[in-house]
Amino acid sequence: MPRVPRGAGMTRSILPVLTVVAAIVALWYAAAFAMNQQWTRDQAARAGTEPTLAQIAADTMSQERPKLPAPHQVAAELWDTTVAKRVTSKRSLVYHGWITLSATLLGFAIGTGLGILLAVGIVHNRAMDMSVMPWAIASQTIPILAIAPMIIVVLNSVGISGLLPKAVISAYLSFFPVVVGMVKGLRSPDAMQLDLLSTYNADRWQTFWKLRLPASMPYLFTSLKVGVAASLVGAIVGELPTGAVAGLGARLLAGSYYGQTVQIWSALLGAAVLAAALVGLIGLAQRLTLAAMGMNR
Amino acid sequence: MSWIAGALAFWGLAWWANLRLAAMPGTRATRFAVPALFGVTVLVLWEGVVRGLDVPGVILPPPSAIAERFAASLPILWTDFVQTFVKGALSGYAIGCGAAFLTAILIDRSPFLQRGLLPVGNFVAALPIVGTAPILVMWFGFDWQSKAAVVVAMVFFPVLVNTVEGLSAATAMQRDLMRTWSASYWQTLLRLRLPAALPFVFNGLKISTTLALIGAIVAEFFGSPIKGMGFRISTEVGRLALDMVWAEITVAAIAGSAFYGLVAAIEKGVTFWHPSQRG
Repeated sequence: MPRVPRGAGMTRSILPVLTVVAAIVALWYAAAFAMNQQWTRDQAARAGTEPTLAQIAADTMSQERPKLPAPHQVAAELWDTTVAKRVTSKRSLVYHGWITLSATLLGFAIGTGLGILLAVGIVHNRAMDMSVMPWAIASQTIPILAIAPMIIVVLNSVGISGLLPKAVISAYLSFFPVVVGMVKGLRSPDAMQLDLLSTYNADRWQTFWKLRLPASMPYLFTSLKVGVAASLVGAIVGELPTGAVAGLGARLLAGSYYGQTVQIWSALLGAAVLAAALVGLIGLAQRLTLAAMGMNR
Repeated sequence: MSWIAGALAFWGLAWWANLRLAAMPGTRATRFAVPALFGVTVLVLWEGVVRGLDVPGVILPPPSAIAERFAASLPILWTDFVQTFVKGALSGYAIGCGAAFLTAILIDRSPFLQRGLLPVGNFVAALPIVGTAPILVMWFGFDWQSKAAVVVAMVFFPVLVNTVEGLSAATAMQRDLMRTWSASYWQTLLRLRLPAALPFVFNGLKISTTLALIGAIVAEFFGSPIKGMGFRISTEVGRLALDMVWAEITVAAIAGSAFYGLVAAIEKGVTFWHPSQRG
């Protein structure tokens, strides 16, 4: 396939993307009507009235606890809980989002830092490579998220609560993608380039800073994107076992306890926006860094 | 104290042995022995430190206690495994991957839909889809159906995006060749483009194995019948029976890597011609 300039590709796909998004919203409305009408009919039957189709349709779009809230209900709830509420209020989605985000970022920073360190060790030490690497790869096939409740409760029982336990889970989830990607990246210079540096009489340290580390940047950013998404999921799941105190995960759990579907959907969309923003930010950093290094194609 | 000293001594010994092994020319045996020795060392250190420092079992049980609990509660672990893995994860995995594969083939003929769906699919694949679990549990009830639904939602987009990408993997030259043979669309699809897409499809399938298990387990945190791995983990954590939690995690780890290994083995058999599988 011929490579198109980035800008051209974007404008070319705006119309199809908008079409698909519009189709999704239309489907959503249709599904909201289909799933909520039973409740409306039951209510009407109890009241002994016979609603017209238009009345049913209007009612399915504005129920208090619909099975599937209509998009505009979720949008209204989002507006209400982000812009209309004070940021410090416990009912503000910004407040909950910030709690989740801070745990995510702390965990992501820890996980990424440790991951890079381990990758450097693996690349420079054969024994470490052979003993740790198979486990790092195997650990990606394990549902690590399952240990989240245990970490929370155990750390709570030794007196650590709040931000740190969630950050530990986030760190753990972002750790392995970074290790695996970074090892691949640090090994990406080929024999010719390594030979060139040895003809320059470069030592290991110089080879690392001048060749291996720059060459690993594209790999690093790719795994950072995976890692930050995993971190966010980790922070959200980490908020479940403490029993819905604060954070996006807590909003999900509280919503599911009390049947507040609109609240669940708005928390979910909040999480989606957060994830998209985080991945987008790393993508931006990637483009800026690679452009500054002259690696952009 | 002797526990800790013993564990540290074992650590030193294993370290030395691994250094020696790693310095030897890499054979199959050393490639297996070094990580195995490392794993055993971690277990020995864990056991020694926990026993030596008298760490209470509600914080970190020693591996021996976990193994004991594992052996003692095999029936419970098995029912949980069947409920979560076989009923929830596997059925959801099959439905989700099948649906994604069919969707990819359906939109294959429309570049317009592809250009629209791919960015959306890529976007959705990065979202915390696990979060839909409370909604799906509300819709499909507490039993395995809702878990399968979460799994479907989680695996759909990775497989879709990878399959669509794979379907464009055949080169223009190869397609032209098919055209010179006057092959129809379906012949080209079946003989050339689907086989060429398989490495990509399997990439999506492999990513999805882990996602499937995660989805099935986390969905149980939002409500489940009184069996299942996620249910067991969350209730036993509440009772501070951590040895049982670790036993359940062991099951999850074994199931997860076995599932991945199985898909990888199938890939090896089906795409034996691909450069990444030779050599």
